[in-house]
Amino acid sequence: MAWLNAIIQGVLTGGLYALFACGLSLMFGVMKVVNLAHGDLAVVGGYVAIGVITVTHIPVLWSFVIVVPVMAVLGYALQRTLIQSALDRGVLTTLIVTLGLSVVIENGLLQFFTANSRGIGASMALVTGSFSLGSQIQIAYLLVLIFAVAVAVLLGLQWFLSRSSYGRLIRATADDQEAVQLAGADYRHVFGIAAALALGTVALAGIGYGMYSDLDPTAGTDTILLFAFVAVVIGGLGSLWGTLLGGIVLGVAQQIGAQINISDELLAGYLVFLLVLVLRPQGLVSRRAQS
Amino acid sequence: MTEAAHGGAANGGTANGGAANGGAANGGRPENGTPLLEVTDLTVHHGQLCALDAISLRVYPGEVYAIIGANGAGKSTLLRTIAGLHQPTTGWVRFDGTDMTTLRPERRARQGIVMVPEGRRLFGSLSVEENLQVGKTYARPGPWTIDRVYETFEWMRGRRNQRAAQLSGGEQQTVAIGRALVANPRVLLLDELSLGLAPVIVQRIYAMLPQILATGLTVLLVEQDVSQALRVASHIHCLLEGRTTLEGRPADVTAEQVEAAYFGLAGTARLPGGGSEP
Repeated sequence: MAWLNAIIQGVLTGGLYALFACGLSLMFGVMKVVNLAHGDLAVVGGYVAIGVITVTHIPVLWSFVIVVPVMAVLGYALQRTLIQSALDRGVLTTLIVTLGLSVVIENGLLQFFTANSRGIGASMALVTGSFSLGSQIQIAYLLVLIFAVAVAVLLGLQWFLSRSSYGRLIRATADDQEAVQLAGADYRHVFGIAAALALGTVALAGIGYGMYSDLDPTAGTDTILLFAFVAVVIGGLGSLWGTLLGGIVLGVAQQIGAQINISDELLAGYLVFLLVLVLRPQGLVSRRAQS
Repeated sequence: MTEAAHGGAANGGTANGGAANGGAANGGRPENGTPLLEVTDLTVHHGQLCALDAISLRVYPGEVYAIIGANGAGKSTLLRTIAGLHQPTTGWVRFDGTDMTTLRPERRARQGIVMVPEGRRLFGSLSVEENLQVGKTYARPGPWTIDRVYETFEWMRGRRNQRAAQLSGGEQQTVAIGRALVANPRVLLLDELSLGLAPVIVQRIYAMLPQILATGLTVLLVEQDVSQALRVASHIHCLLEGRTTLEGRPADVTAEQVEAAYFGLAGTARLPGGGSEP
Protein backbone atom coordinates (compact mmCIF):
# COMPACT_ATOMS: atom_id res chain seq x y z
CA MET A 1 0.00 0.00 0.00
CA ALA A 2 2.81 2.36 0.84
CA TRP A 3 4.30 1.72 -2.59
CA LEU A 4 1.03 2.41 -4.31
CA ASN A 5 0.80 5.61 -2.30
CA ALA A 6 4.29 6.58 -3.42
CA ILE A 7 3.37 6.01 -7.04
CA ILE A 8 0.13 8.00 -6.82
CA GLN A 9 1.86 10.89 -5.06
CA GLY A 10 4.65 10.73 -7.62
CA VAL A 11 2.29 10.87 -10.57
CA LEU A 12 0.48 13.87 -9.10
CA THR A 13 3.73 15.70 -8.34
CA GLY A 14 4.64 14.98 -11.95
CA GLY A 15 1.90 17.42 -12.94
CA LEU A 16 3.72 20.22 -11.14
CA TYR A 17 7.00 19.21 -12.77
CA ALA A 18 5.31 19.22 -16.17
CA LEU A 19 4.21 22.79 -15.50
CA PHE A 20 7.82 23.63 -14.67
CA ALA A 21 9.02 21.96 -17.83
CA CYS A 22 6.62 22.72 -20.67
CA GLY A 23 7.67 26.36 -21.11
CA LEU A 24 11.34 25.38 -21.15
CA SER A 25 10.58 22.72 -23.73
CA LEU A 26 8.54 25.11 -25.87
CA MET A 27 11.26 27.75 -25.99
CA PHE A 28 13.87 25.16 -26.83
CA GLY A 29 11.66 23.52 -29.42
CA VAL A 30 10.83 26.74 -31.26
CA MET A 31 13.85 29.01 -30.97
CA LYS A 32 16.54 26.64 -29.67
CA VAL A 33 16.92 28.81 -26.62
CA VAL A 34 17.83 27.06 -23.38
CA ASN A 35 16.39 29.56 -20.99
CA LEU A 36 18.49 29.34 -17.83
CA ALA A 37 16.35 32.06 -16.23
CA HIS A 38 13.29 29.84 -16.62
CA GLY A 39 13.05 28.88 -12.94
CA ASP A 40 13.72 32.39 -11.72
CA LEU A 41 10.99 33.73 -13.98
CA ALA A 42 8.62 31.19 -12.39
CA VAL A 43 9.58 32.55 -8.97
CA VAL A 44 8.95 36.06 -10.28
CA GLY A 45 5.51 34.84 -11.37
CA GLY A 46 4.92 33.55 -7.84
CA TYR A 47 5.96 36.86 -6.28
CA VAL A 48 3.79 38.77 -8.74
CA ALA A 49 0.90 36.54 -7.64
CA ILE A 50 1.59 37.34 -3.98
CA GLY A 51 1.66 41.03 -4.84
CA VAL A 52 -1.52 40.85 -6.88
CA ILE A 53 -3.36 38.95 -4.13
CA THR A 54 -2.19 41.42 -1.47
CA VAL A 55 -3.12 44.49 -3.45
CA THR A 56 -6.37 43.48 -5.16
CA HIS A 57 -7.64 40.89 -2.64
CA ILE A 58 -8.53 38.73 -5.59
CA PRO A 59 -9.25 35.09 -4.58
CA VAL A 60 -5.96 33.20 -4.56
CA LEU A 61 -7.01 30.71 -7.20
CA TRP A 62 -8.04 33.49 -9.57
CA SER A 63 -4.74 35.33 -9.32
CA PHE A 64 -3.63 33.59 -12.51
CA VAL A 65 -6.10 35.71 -14.47
CA ILE A 66 -3.81 38.66 -13.88
CA VAL A 67 -0.44 36.98 -13.43
CA VAL A 68 -0.51 34.88 -16.60
CA PRO A 69 -1.09 37.84 -18.96
CA VAL A 70 1.49 39.93 -17.09
CA MET A 71 4.11 37.22 -17.46
CA ALA A 72 3.12 36.60 -21.09
CA VAL A 73 3.71 40.26 -21.91
CA LEU A 74 7.00 40.11 -20.04
CA GLY A 75 7.91 37.04 -22.07
CA TYR A 76 7.16 38.75 -25.37
CA ALA A 77 9.17 41.80 -24.34
CA LEU A 78 12.12 39.74 -23.10
CA GLN A 79 12.17 37.74 -26.32
CA ARG A 80 11.98 40.73 -28.61
CA THR A 81 14.77 42.59 -26.79
CA LEU A 82 17.29 40.65 -24.73
CA ILE A 83 16.90 37.12 -26.06
CA GLN A 84 16.52 38.12 -29.72
CA SER A 85 19.64 40.24 -29.64
CA ALA A 86 21.45 37.31 -28.04
CA LEU A 87 20.08 34.96 -30.71
CA ASP A 88 21.34 37.29 -33.44
CA ARG A 89 24.83 36.72 -32.06
CA GLY A 90 24.47 32.95 -31.98
CA VAL A 91 22.60 30.32 -30.04
CA LEU A 92 25.36 29.91 -27.47
CA THR A 93 25.12 33.57 -26.53
CA THR A 94 21.58 32.96 -25.30
CA LEU A 95 23.01 30.60 -22.67
CA ILE A 96 25.21 33.35 -21.27
CA VAL A 97 22.51 36.00 -21.50
CA THR A 98 19.82 33.90 -19.80
CA LEU A 99 22.33 32.81 -17.14
CA GLY A 100 23.02 36.49 -16.52
CA LEU A 101 19.32 37.20 -16.39
CA SER A 102 18.92 34.39 -13.86
CA VAL A 103 21.60 35.89 -11.59
CA VAL A 104 20.09 39.36 -11.90
CA ILE A 105 16.58 38.14 -11.08
CA GLU A 106 17.72 36.04 -8.14
CA ASN A 107 19.73 38.84 -6.59
CA GLY A 108 17.03 41.38 -7.34
CA LEU A 109 14.52 39.24 -5.49
CA LEU A 110 16.93 38.82 -2.57
CA GLN A 111 17.43 42.56 -2.48
CA PHE A 112 13.78 43.51 -2.51
CA PHE A 113 12.02 40.56 -0.87
CA THR A 114 14.80 39.22 1.43
CA ALA A 115 15.73 35.55 1.60
CA ASN A 116 12.63 34.74 3.69
CA SER A 117 10.37 32.22 2.06
CA ARG A 118 6.68 32.87 1.51
CA GLY A 119 3.79 30.76 0.45
CA ILE A 120 0.72 31.62 -1.57
CA GLY A 121 -2.62 31.36 0.24
CA ALA A 122 -1.68 28.67 2.77
CA SER A 123 -4.89 29.27 4.70
CA MET A 124 -7.26 27.89 2.12
CA ALA A 125 -9.06 24.64 2.69
CA LEU A 126 -8.11 23.46 -0.75
CA VAL A 127 -4.43 24.01 -0.19
CA THR A 128 -4.30 22.04 3.04
CA GLY A 129 -7.22 19.67 2.49
CA SER A 130 -7.04 16.12 1.25
CA PHE A 131 -9.19 13.08 0.77
CA SER A 132 -8.46 9.48 1.62
CA LEU A 133 -8.30 6.55 -0.70
CA GLY A 134 -8.44 3.41 1.40
CA SER A 135 -6.86 3.60 4.81
CA GLN A 136 -3.32 4.63 3.99
CA ILE A 137 -3.50 6.88 0.97
CA GLN A 138 -4.09 10.56 1.48
CA ILE A 139 -4.40 12.67 -1.63
CA ALA A 140 -4.10 16.44 -1.37
CA TYR A 141 -6.70 18.42 -3.29
CA LEU A 142 -3.98 20.85 -4.28
CA LEU A 143 -1.89 18.22 -6.03
CA VAL A 144 -4.92 16.98 -7.94
CA LEU A 145 -5.73 20.54 -8.93
CA ILE A 146 -2.18 21.22 -10.09
CA PHE A 147 -2.15 17.99 -12.06
CA ALA A 148 -5.44 18.93 -13.71
CA VAL A 149 -4.08 22.39 -14.53
CA ALA A 150 -0.97 20.84 -16.06
CA VAL A 151 -3.05 18.55 -18.27
CA ALA A 152 -5.30 21.47 -19.23
CA VAL A 153 -2.28 23.61 -20.09
CA LEU A 154 -0.78 20.89 -22.26
CA LEU A 155 -4.10 20.27 -24.00
CA GLY A 156 -4.49 24.00 -24.55
CA LEU A 157 -0.98 24.36 -25.91
CA GLN A 158 -1.46 21.41 -28.19
CA TRP A 159 -4.73 22.78 -29.47
CA PHE A 160 -3.18 26.19 -30.06
CA LEU A 161 -0.13 24.80 -31.83
CA SER A 162 -2.04 22.40 -34.05
CA ARG A 163 -5.19 24.37 -34.81
CA SER A 164 -4.60 28.10 -34.67
CA SER A 165 -2.89 30.03 -37.41
CA TYR A 166 -0.28 31.42 -34.99
CA GLY A 167 0.35 27.91 -33.73
CA ARG A 168 0.95 26.81 -37.30
CA LEU A 169 3.37 29.69 -37.79
CA ILE A 170 5.18 28.72 -34.59
CA ARG A 171 5.66 25.17 -35.84
CA ALA A 172 6.68 26.41 -39.28
CA THR A 173 9.21 28.79 -37.73
CA ALA A 174 10.62 25.96 -35.62
CA ASP A 175 11.12 24.02 -38.86
CA ASP A 176 12.61 26.78 -41.01
CA GLN A 177 13.09 30.37 -39.93
CA GLU A 178 14.10 31.63 -43.34
CA ALA A 179 11.28 30.00 -45.26
CA VAL A 180 8.76 31.51 -42.88
CA GLN A 181 10.06 34.97 -43.75
CA LEU A 182 9.56 34.21 -47.42
CA ALA A 183 5.93 33.47 -46.55
CA GLY A 184 5.61 36.99 -45.15
CA ALA A 185 5.93 36.23 -41.44
CA ASP A 186 8.29 38.05 -39.10
CA TYR A 187 9.95 35.19 -37.28
CA ARG A 188 10.96 37.51 -34.43
CA HIS A 189 7.31 38.23 -33.76
CA VAL A 190 6.53 34.51 -33.90
CA PHE A 191 9.35 33.89 -31.41
CA GLY A 192 7.80 36.57 -29.20
CA ILE A 193 4.44 34.79 -29.26
CA ALA A 194 6.13 31.49 -28.37
CA ALA A 195 7.97 33.17 -25.49
CA ALA A 196 4.69 34.71 -24.30
CA LEU A 197 3.10 31.27 -24.26
CA ALA A 198 6.09 29.84 -22.43
CA LEU A 199 6.05 32.52 -19.76
CA GLY A 200 2.30 32.11 -19.37
CA THR A 201 2.94 28.50 -18.34
CA VAL A 202 5.85 29.68 -16.22
CA ALA A 203 3.47 31.95 -14.30
CA LEU A 204 1.23 28.96 -13.55
CA ALA A 205 4.30 26.98 -12.48
CA GLY A 206 5.28 29.76 -10.09
CA ILE A 207 1.80 30.02 -8.59
CA GLY A 208 1.54 26.25 -8.32
CA TYR A 209 4.91 25.97 -6.64
CA GLY A 210 4.06 28.82 -4.27
CA MET A 211 0.96 26.96 -3.15
CA TYR A 212 2.58 23.54 -3.01
CA SER A 213 5.70 24.65 -1.23
CA ASP A 214 7.25 27.96 -0.23
CA LEU A 215 8.77 30.47 -2.61
CA ASP A 216 12.15 31.96 -1.96
CA PRO A 217 14.50 33.78 -4.32
CA THR A 218 16.77 30.77 -4.85
CA ALA A 219 14.00 28.24 -5.52
CA GLY A 220 14.12 29.16 -9.20
CA THR A 221 17.48 27.60 -9.99
CA ASP A 222 17.72 25.18 -7.06
CA THR A 223 14.43 23.46 -7.68
CA ILE A 224 12.29 24.62 -10.57
CA LEU A 225 14.91 24.91 -13.32
CA LEU A 226 16.63 21.71 -12.25
CA PHE A 227 13.43 19.65 -12.15
CA ALA A 228 12.28 21.23 -15.40
CA PHE A 229 15.52 20.17 -17.09
CA VAL A 230 15.25 16.65 -15.77
CA ALA A 231 11.61 16.34 -16.85
CA VAL A 232 12.39 17.73 -20.33
CA VAL A 233 15.34 15.41 -20.85
CA ILE A 234 13.47 12.33 -19.62
CA GLY A 235 10.44 13.18 -21.70
CA GLY A 236 12.30 14.19 -24.86
CA LEU A 237 13.46 17.63 -25.99
CA GLY A 238 10.82 19.73 -27.67
CA SER A 239 7.96 17.34 -26.98
CA LEU A 240 5.02 18.76 -25.05
CA TRP A 241 3.46 15.57 -23.77
CA GLY A 242 6.94 14.29 -23.11
CA THR A 243 7.22 16.90 -20.36
CA LEU A 244 4.22 15.39 -18.57
CA LEU A 245 5.64 11.90 -18.95
CA GLY A 246 9.06 13.13 -17.84
CA GLY A 247 7.52 14.95 -14.88
CA ILE A 248 5.62 11.85 -13.85
CA VAL A 249 8.68 9.61 -14.15
CA LEU A 250 10.69 12.08 -12.09
CA GLY A 251 7.91 12.41 -9.49
CA VAL A 252 7.43 8.67 -9.14
CA ALA A 253 11.19 8.05 -8.93
CA GLN A 254 11.48 10.64 -6.18
CA GLN A 255 8.59 9.24 -4.18
CA ILE A 256 9.85 5.69 -4.49
CA GLY A 257 13.31 6.85 -3.47
CA ALA A 258 11.80 8.58 -0.46
CA GLN A 259 9.94 5.37 0.36
CA ILE A 260 13.21 3.45 0.48
CA ASN A 261 14.99 6.10 2.46
CA ILE A 262 13.72 9.63 2.98
CA SER A 263 17.15 11.10 2.16
CA ASP A 264 17.22 9.31 -1.20
CA GLU A 265 14.33 11.28 -2.67
CA LEU A 266 16.38 13.58 -4.91
CA LEU A 267 19.04 10.99 -5.61
CA ALA A 268 16.48 8.55 -7.02
CA GLY A 269 15.17 11.21 -9.39
CA TYR A 270 18.62 11.97 -10.75
CA LEU A 271 19.51 8.29 -11.06
CA VAL A 272 16.51 7.76 -13.33
CA PHE A 273 17.54 10.89 -15.23
CA LEU A 274 21.03 9.49 -15.81
CA LEU A 275 19.59 6.13 -16.76
CA VAL A 276 17.43 7.74 -19.44
CA LEU A 277 20.41 9.74 -20.71
CA VAL A 278 22.41 6.54 -21.10
CA LEU A 279 19.70 4.24 -22.47
CA ARG A 280 17.47 6.62 -24.42
CA PRO A 281 19.20 9.97 -24.87
CA GLN A 282 16.50 11.27 -27.20
CA GLY A 283 13.99 10.98 -24.35
CA LEU A 284 10.99 8.73 -23.88
CA VAL A 285 8.91 10.66 -26.43
CA SER A 286 11.14 11.80 -29.24
CA ARG A 287 10.06 14.92 -31.03
CA ARG A 288 9.54 13.32 -34.40
CA ALA A 289 7.12 10.81 -32.96
CA GLN A 290 4.85 13.57 -31.73
CA SER A 291 2.67 15.64 -33.98
CA MET B 1 3.77 41.03 -75.51
CA THR B 2 4.44 43.21 -78.50
CA GLU B 3 7.53 43.03 -80.59
CA ALA B 4 9.51 46.20 -80.17
CA ALA B 5 12.41 46.86 -82.43
CA HIS B 6 14.88 47.57 -79.71
CA GLY B 7 15.07 49.07 -76.28
CA GLY B 8 17.23 46.55 -74.59
CA ALA B 9 19.97 49.09 -74.20
CA ALA B 10 18.69 49.97 -70.78
CA ASN B 11 19.27 46.44 -69.58
CA GLY B 12 22.35 45.59 -71.47
CA GLY B 13 24.80 48.20 -70.35
CA THR B 14 25.69 47.42 -66.78
CA ALA B 15 27.42 50.02 -64.72
CA ASN B 16 30.79 48.36 -64.61
CA GLY B 17 30.89 48.84 -68.33
CA GLY B 18 31.71 46.35 -70.98
CA ALA B 19 30.30 43.51 -68.99
CA ALA B 20 28.05 42.46 -71.77
CA ASN B 21 29.37 42.09 -75.21
CA GLY B 22 28.76 39.89 -78.17
CA GLY B 23 25.65 41.79 -79.09
CA ALA B 24 23.96 41.21 -75.77
CA ALA B 25 23.72 44.89 -75.05
CA ASN B 26 21.28 45.21 -77.86
CA GLY B 27 19.24 42.21 -76.96
CA GLY B 28 16.05 43.96 -77.86
CA ARG B 29 12.91 42.86 -76.09
CA PRO B 30 9.44 44.11 -75.52
CA GLU B 31 9.17 46.57 -72.72
CA ASN B 32 5.71 47.16 -71.44
CA GLY B 33 6.11 50.54 -69.88
CA THR B 34 7.95 50.60 -66.57
CA PRO B 35 9.80 47.64 -65.14
CA LEU B 36 8.13 45.74 -62.32
CA LEU B 37 11.41 44.88 -60.69
CA GLU B 38 14.53 46.91 -61.15
CA VAL B 39 17.94 46.09 -59.74
CA THR B 40 20.60 48.76 -60.05
CA ASP B 41 24.33 48.37 -59.46
CA LEU B 42 23.82 45.67 -56.90
CA THR B 43 27.01 44.61 -55.11
CA VAL B 44 26.88 41.94 -52.45
CA HIS B 45 29.67 40.62 -50.27
CA HIS B 46 29.83 37.42 -48.28
CA GLY B 47 32.38 38.55 -45.76
CA GLN B 48 35.48 39.42 -47.80
CA LEU B 49 34.25 37.67 -50.90
CA CYS B 50 32.52 39.77 -53.51
CA ALA B 51 29.62 37.59 -54.63
CA LEU B 52 27.93 40.10 -56.93
CA ASP B 53 29.65 42.99 -58.64
CA ALA B 54 27.41 45.86 -59.76
CA ILE B 55 24.62 43.81 -61.28
CA SER B 56 21.74 45.61 -62.92
CA LEU B 57 18.61 44.14 -64.38
CA ARG B 58 15.05 45.05 -65.24
CA VAL B 59 12.17 42.66 -65.19
CA TYR B 60 9.03 43.73 -67.04
CA PRO B 61 5.50 42.57 -66.20
CA GLY B 62 4.59 39.20 -67.64
CA GLU B 63 8.16 38.23 -68.41
CA VAL B 64 10.02 35.03 -67.64
CA TYR B 65 13.44 36.36 -66.81
CA ALA B 66 16.07 33.68 -66.41
CA ILE B 67 19.41 34.12 -64.72
CA ILE B 68 21.85 31.46 -65.80
CA GLY B 69 25.39 30.71 -64.83
CA ALA B 70 27.71 28.08 -63.44
CA ASN B 71 28.06 27.11 -59.81
CA GLY B 72 29.18 30.02 -57.69
CA ALA B 73 28.33 32.61 -60.32
CA GLY B 74 26.19 34.47 -57.79
CA LYS B 75 22.76 33.56 -59.19
CA SER B 76 21.27 32.47 -55.91
CA THR B 77 22.85 35.37 -54.08
CA LEU B 78 21.19 37.73 -56.54
CA LEU B 79 17.78 36.15 -56.01
CA ARG B 80 18.19 36.03 -52.24
CA THR B 81 19.20 39.68 -52.19
CA ILE B 82 16.11 40.58 -54.17
CA ALA B 83 14.03 38.60 -51.67
CA GLY B 84 15.73 40.44 -48.83
CA LEU B 85 17.65 37.57 -47.29
CA HIS B 86 20.99 39.27 -47.99
CA GLN B 87 21.79 42.93 -47.58
CA PRO B 88 23.68 44.46 -50.51
CA THR B 89 26.86 46.45 -49.92
CA THR B 90 25.74 48.98 -52.50
CA GLY B 91 22.95 49.25 -55.04
CA TRP B 92 19.18 49.30 -55.09
CA VAL B 93 16.27 46.97 -55.50
CA ARG B 94 13.13 48.74 -56.71
CA PHE B 95 9.79 47.05 -57.01
CA ASP B 96 6.95 48.74 -58.85
CA GLY B 97 8.76 52.03 -58.47
CA THR B 98 9.30 51.72 -54.71
CA ASP B 99 12.70 51.27 -53.10
CA MET B 100 12.85 47.91 -51.32
CA THR B 101 16.56 47.81 -50.57
CA THR B 102 16.30 48.12 -46.80
CA LEU B 103 13.01 46.29 -46.36
CA ARG B 104 12.98 43.05 -44.39
CA PRO B 105 12.19 39.86 -46.37
CA GLU B 106 8.74 39.38 -44.83
CA ARG B 107 7.74 42.94 -45.83
CA ARG B 108 8.83 42.28 -49.41
CA ALA B 109 6.88 39.02 -49.45
CA ARG B 110 3.73 40.84 -48.35
CA GLN B 111 4.27 43.39 -51.13
CA GLY B 112 4.40 40.61 -53.70
CA ILE B 113 8.02 39.49 -54.08
CA VAL B 114 7.75 35.82 -53.17
CA MET B 115 10.57 33.33 -53.51
CA VAL B 116 10.62 29.57 -53.85
CA PRO B 117 13.95 28.94 -52.16
CA GLU B 118 16.66 26.60 -53.34
CA GLY B 119 16.19 23.12 -51.93
CA ARG B 120 12.40 23.60 -51.46
CA ARG B 121 12.63 24.40 -47.76
CA LEU B 122 9.20 23.10 -46.89
CA PHE B 123 8.11 22.95 -43.28
CA GLY B 124 8.85 19.27 -42.88
CA SER B 125 6.81 18.56 -39.77
CA LEU B 126 3.73 20.29 -41.21
CA SER B 127 1.26 18.66 -43.56
CA VAL B 128 0.99 19.64 -47.21
CA GLU B 129 -2.12 21.67 -46.48
CA GLU B 130 -0.53 23.38 -43.49
CA ASN B 131 2.41 24.37 -45.67
CA LEU B 132 -0.02 26.03 -48.05
CA GLN B 133 -1.88 27.64 -45.15
CA VAL B 134 1.35 29.18 -43.88
CA GLY B 135 1.89 30.60 -47.35
CA LYS B 136 -1.65 31.97 -47.25
CA THR B 137 -1.31 33.66 -43.83
CA TYR B 138 -0.02 36.99 -45.13
CA ALA B 139 -1.24 36.62 -48.69
CA ARG B 140 -2.19 39.50 -50.94
CA PRO B 141 -5.65 39.27 -52.48
CA GLY B 142 -5.56 37.53 -55.84
CA PRO B 143 -6.54 34.59 -57.97
CA TRP B 144 -4.55 31.92 -56.13
CA THR B 145 -6.24 30.01 -53.35
CA ILE B 146 -5.40 26.69 -51.76
CA ASP B 147 -8.22 25.14 -53.78
CA ARG B 148 -6.81 26.50 -56.98
CA VAL B 149 -3.43 25.00 -56.16
CA TYR B 150 -5.19 21.65 -55.66
CA GLU B 151 -6.86 22.08 -59.03
CA THR B 152 -3.57 22.88 -60.71
CA PHE B 153 -1.63 20.07 -59.06
CA GLU B 154 -4.24 17.39 -58.78
CA TRP B 155 -2.29 14.78 -56.82
CA MET B 156 -1.93 17.22 -53.95
CA ARG B 157 -5.52 17.21 -52.75
CA GLY B 158 -5.48 13.51 -51.97
CA ARG B 159 -2.30 13.85 -49.97
CA ARG B 160 -3.04 17.13 -48.25
CA ASN B 161 -2.73 15.61 -44.78
CA GLN B 162 0.57 13.92 -45.44
CA ARG B 163 3.62 15.36 -43.76
CA ALA B 164 5.71 17.39 -46.20
CA ALA B 165 8.92 15.61 -45.21
CA GLN B 166 7.48 12.34 -46.51
CA LEU B 167 7.03 13.60 -50.07
CA SER B 168 9.43 12.95 -52.90
CA GLY B 169 11.69 15.73 -54.12
CA GLY B 170 9.51 16.60 -57.11
CA GLU B 171 6.37 16.62 -54.99
CA GLN B 172 8.06 18.82 -52.43
CA GLN B 173 9.06 21.20 -55.20
CA THR B 174 5.48 21.52 -56.39
CA VAL B 175 4.25 22.12 -52.84
CA ALA B 176 6.93 24.78 -52.46
CA ILE B 177 5.66 26.44 -55.64
CA GLY B 178 2.09 26.14 -54.37
CA ARG B 179 3.08 27.68 -51.05
CA ALA B 180 4.50 30.66 -52.93
CA LEU B 181 1.54 30.93 -55.32
CA VAL B 182 -1.13 31.14 -52.60
CA ALA B 183 0.58 34.32 -51.39
CA ASN B 184 -0.47 35.80 -54.77
CA PRO B 185 2.93 37.18 -55.69
CA ARG B 186 3.37 39.79 -58.38
CA VAL B 187 6.83 38.51 -59.10
CA LEU B 188 7.70 34.91 -58.36
CA LEU B 189 11.36 34.15 -57.71
CA LEU B 190 12.29 30.55 -58.50
CA ASP B 191 15.67 29.44 -57.22
CA GLU B 192 17.08 26.35 -58.95
CA LEU B 193 13.86 24.41 -59.42
CA SER B 194 15.73 21.57 -61.08
CA LEU B 195 18.21 21.01 -58.27
CA GLY B 196 18.34 17.36 -57.28
CA LEU B 197 15.37 16.36 -59.42
CA ALA B 198 15.13 13.88 -62.27
CA PRO B 199 14.96 15.53 -65.73
CA VAL B 200 11.45 14.12 -66.32
CA ILE B 201 10.19 15.75 -63.14
CA VAL B 202 11.90 19.02 -64.04
CA GLN B 203 10.18 18.98 -67.44
CA ARG B 204 6.84 18.40 -65.79
CA ILE B 205 7.33 21.27 -63.35
CA TYR B 206 8.40 23.68 -66.06
CA ALA B 207 5.42 22.58 -68.13
CA MET B 208 3.22 24.18 -65.46
CA LEU B 209 4.82 27.56 -66.03
CA PRO B 210 2.41 28.80 -68.73
CA GLN B 211 -0.55 28.06 -66.44
CA ILE B 212 1.08 30.06 -63.69
CA LEU B 213 1.93 32.93 -66.00
CA ALA B 214 -1.63 33.03 -67.26
CA THR B 215 -2.74 34.32 -63.86
CA GLY B 216 -0.74 37.48 -64.43
CA LEU B 217 2.49 36.71 -62.65
CA THR B 218 6.00 37.70 -63.57
CA VAL B 219 8.72 35.13 -63.08
CA LEU B 220 12.37 35.65 -62.27
CA LEU B 221 14.18 32.37 -62.18
CA VAL B 222 17.63 31.06 -61.57
CA GLU B 223 18.66 27.98 -63.47
CA GLN B 224 21.84 26.03 -63.83
CA ASP B 225 20.38 24.01 -66.68
CA VAL B 226 20.92 26.38 -69.60
CA SER B 227 18.85 24.53 -72.19
CA GLN B 228 15.91 24.48 -69.80
CA ALA B 229 16.26 28.21 -69.19
CA LEU B 230 16.52 28.98 -72.91
CA ARG B 231 13.34 27.01 -73.53
CA VAL B 232 11.15 28.85 -71.03
CA ALA B 233 12.66 32.30 -70.77
CA SER B 234 11.71 35.47 -72.60
CA HIS B 235 14.95 37.06 -71.47
CA ILE B 236 18.19 35.56 -70.24
CA HIS B 237 20.94 37.05 -68.14
CA CYS B 238 24.19 35.17 -67.70
CA LEU B 239 26.38 35.62 -64.66
CA LEU B 240 29.97 34.58 -64.23
CA GLU B 241 31.83 35.11 -60.97
CA GLY B 242 29.42 37.80 -59.88
CA ARG B 243 29.42 39.76 -63.14
CA THR B 244 27.10 40.01 -66.09
CA THR B 245 28.57 38.31 -69.16
CA LEU B 246 25.58 38.11 -71.47
CA GLU B 247 22.07 39.43 -71.67
CA GLY B 248 19.33 39.23 -74.21
CA ARG B 249 16.43 37.33 -75.69
CA PRO B 250 17.04 33.61 -76.22
CA ALA B 251 16.32 34.08 -79.92
CA ASP B 252 18.99 36.75 -80.25
CA VAL B 253 21.91 34.89 -78.74
CA THR B 254 23.82 32.05 -80.30
CA ALA B 255 24.76 28.87 -78.54
CA GLU B 256 28.42 29.89 -78.82
CA GLN B 257 27.76 33.18 -77.10
CA VAL B 258 25.93 31.48 -74.29
CA GLU B 259 28.69 28.94 -73.91
CA ALA B 260 31.35 31.63 -73.87
CA ALA B 261 29.42 33.70 -71.35
CA TYR B 262 28.65 30.69 -69.18
CA PHE B 263 32.19 29.35 -68.98
CA GLY B 264 34.05 32.61 -69.43
CA LEU B 265 35.90 31.54 -72.54
CA ALA B 266 37.73 33.89 -74.86
CA GLY B 267 35.47 36.57 -76.20
CA THR B 268 34.18 37.73 -72.87
CA ALA B 269 36.48 40.61 -72.35
CA ARG B 270 35.82 41.02 -68.67
CA LEU B 271 37.65 37.98 -67.48
CA PRO B 272 41.21 38.60 -66.43
CA GLY B 273 42.24 34.94 -66.26
CA GLY B 274 40.08 33.84 -69.10
CA GLY B 275 40.08 30.38 -67.61
CA SER B 276 36.99 28.28 -67.80
CA GLU B 277 35.10 27.16 -64.78
CA PRO B 278 34.78 23.45 -64.42
